[in-house]
Amino acid sequence: MSTPTAPDQGPPSTRETPAAQTQGDWYSELRAQWRETRAGMARRMPPWFSRALAGALIVIGILLPFLFSSNSGFMNATIIALAFAVMSLGLNVVVGFAGLLDLGYVAFYAIGAYSLGWFGSDFFFKAHVHVGVHGVAATEAGVHLNFILILIAAALICALAGMIIGLPTLRLRGDYIAIVTLAFGEIIGVIAVNGQSVNLGGGMTLTAGNLGISAVDAPYFPGLGQFNLLNLRPWYWLIFAILLLVVGVNLRLRDSRLGRAWVALREDEVAAVSMGIPSVRTKLSAYAIGAMFGGMSGAFLGTYYTTVNAGQFQFGFSIFILAMVIIGGLGSIWGALLGGMLLGYINNWLIPDVLNDLPSKFGLNFSMTEIEYGIFGFLLVLVMLLRPQGLIPERRRKLEMTSEIAAEDAQLVESTSP
Amino acid sequence: MYYGIRDLVHGYQVVIAGHAVAHHDLTRLGFNFAQGLSNGAIWALIAIGYTLVYGIIELINFAHGDVFMIGSMTAVGLWGTLGLGLATGPAGLIGGLLVTLIVSMVVCGGLNVLIERVAYRPLRGAPKLAPLITAVGFSFILQNVGLLWNGGSPFGVNDLINQGKTLFRISGVPIVRGYLLALLVMIPLVFALGWFINKTRHGRAMRATAQDPEAARLMGINVNQTISLTFLLGGMLAGAAGLIYALYETNVWYFQGFKAGLIAFTAAVMGGIGNVRGAVLGGLIIGVIQALADARLGPQWTEAVVFGYLIVIMILRPRGLLGEETREAG
Repeated sequence: MSTPTAPDQGPPSTRETPAAQTQGDWYSELRAQWRETRAGMARRMPPWFSRALAGALIVIGILLPFLFSSNSGFMNATIIALAFAVMSLGLNVVVGFAGLLDLGYVAFYAIGAYSLGWFGSDFFFKAHVHVGVHGVAATEAGVHLNFILILIAAALICALAGMIIGLPTLRLRGDYIAIVTLAFGEIIGVIAVNGQSVNLGGGMTLTAGNLGISAVDAPYFPGLGQFNLLNLRPWYWLIFAILLLVVGVNLRLRDSRLGRAWVALREDEVAAVSMGIPSVRTKLSAYAIGAMFGGMSGAFLGTYYTTVNAGQFQFGFSIFILAMVIIGGLGSIWGALLGGMLLGYINNWLIPDVLNDLPSKFGLNFSMTEIEYGIFGFLLVLVMLLRPQGLIPERRRKLEMTSEIAAEDAQLVESTSP
Repeated sequence: MYYGIRDLVHGYQVVIAGHAVAHHDLTRLGFNFAQGLSNGAIWALIAIGYTLVYGIIELINFAHGDVFMIGSMTAVGLWGTLGLGLATGPAGLIGGLLVTLIVSMVVCGGLNVLIERVAYRPLRGAPKLAPLITAVGFSFILQNVGLLWNGGSPFGVNDLINQGKTLFRISGVPIVRGYLLALLVMIPLVFALGWFINKTRHGRAMRATAQDPEAARLMGINVNQTISLTFLLGGMLAGAAGLIYALYETNVWYFQGFKAGLIAFTAAVMGGIGNVRGAVLGGLIIGVIQALADARLGPQWTEAVVFGYLIVIMILRPRGLLGEETREAG
């Protein structure tokens, strides 16, 4: 594992962004000092340090739920924030690594959640399939698979769906990809709402529309028992484990042959293809892998919300996930993680629990939850104007956004020569 | 179902074997077309805004649909202020609506220019993703403005022009006032725009900037001002569309702009983005497709049909029906 601060090296004086220069000398001096400190820290860090830091963070992450009561609102928000972070990491693969602007990511949330609805409830009541489940789920009609199996199924179905959605975009570029993916996302949303009237035979339908597939199975694991919403700790550990898996896969992918191929395609498709990168396979694998993570998170959120309702799968959610990636920093794994957690907390804790009645204190007749998308919109505009590279930018993207490539090139020459 | 995939693609009817073309069926088709074309007139006005902006700075202005929504709300708010109601006489109504039209056009044009100034101009040199994101951000902000303004559910307004009243029939197809209004506002505006773009100095500056901003700058064209002008024109047409929508649908909703925006964008892409005539054609075709899907498949599937159609267009003819090959679609 590498640390997020590592890429920032070199003499700071040439690294000023245009924004910093206009804000006066004291500001740029402060930033320069901070950069120097950080670069110095990165240089002095021994190789085992990042591993130890990662280990410590994981241990803190595992022990964290003991600090809060087992069903507090904050725990709830944390669980959802982690699930959002998983989605944000998935979208980051598509948009950040491969540069394919996907505005229909909500499709994979929907498909993942429906995988859970189909394979973990009595929704297909004519079937009697029970694999690795416990209690009521083991006797009830319908398809009931163990959550791990559902997770795998959701990932595979979403990977397939991702490739199908990706296929028509292969010849297109930029904004046109955004439009096609957006259209697919909307179509999946329409199917989710209208699936109620799509008959699969025997009185079973494709989805339950806006009524929702309710009473889905809670996960069951031999060591942890049957999950329930009175004790949120097992849920937390489950999503934390999924997150660790996804972060690990992301880190390995980023530095792999495939990851470098994505970046190459993103930066210059013609050059990349002429260097022998298979464009179709590389792009489709980005869609598939990004979709997998979305599906896993969707399946988790389905069981955690105990319902799979078509109303959850709106275009706004795609933008919400995109906002996480953008605010965190496109293409940056730690950025996507931070962005996902941040917006997850803002959405599920700060706005509904902390700030909700703020407007009424000023005599205004609305609550903060009503205008949450407006708040996200405002945040998006603000981040783009003030810090377009995101909170934890990817090195390459940062250069592009702040247009200091020339300065950086000069630095690279300097820093590589001893 | 009477229609195969071909007529969805081409927008005309093919009767599948086994279904004789009865007279009432043709009338129904004519009814769908009349409804579709008048609806399409609204989409066309919005689509022009998308196509102008995309043509000049290659940005999908996601906030445009919501500017249209604000236009509707401005119009409805102004009726209230002017005291237009069901009892107002024809002279007062026409005068009042003209004032409303002008005000909502000015408000929307100004709003569009303001958004461009705040959210897109500072990002002129940034990667293309950046202004797209701020556009989405502004779309959400405007939606919430609409939400706080008129509440979260469709808000019924007075049917001022009695839009459902049949004026005359063309071989059995009733032409109601609403249809006529939509076309009567849309056609002169489109011609005025065409004249402006093709015949005036500013129009020439717009076309030059769309072709090559750098060269246009070297030729002494004030590129920033020209871009502002483009946003002004697009916003004004959206404002006009907002008024027609409110009169025609007799309700306004904070979410109307989002749906309309996507539909109008589909229309702009279909016609060939950057091409004003294409946008009008696309808007009318989409309107007809919607009316057909509404009547034959059920309105709940219309959206899926429109977006499915968009995907088909993008696969088969990414440059659109009348468009030139663009760098993006290439």
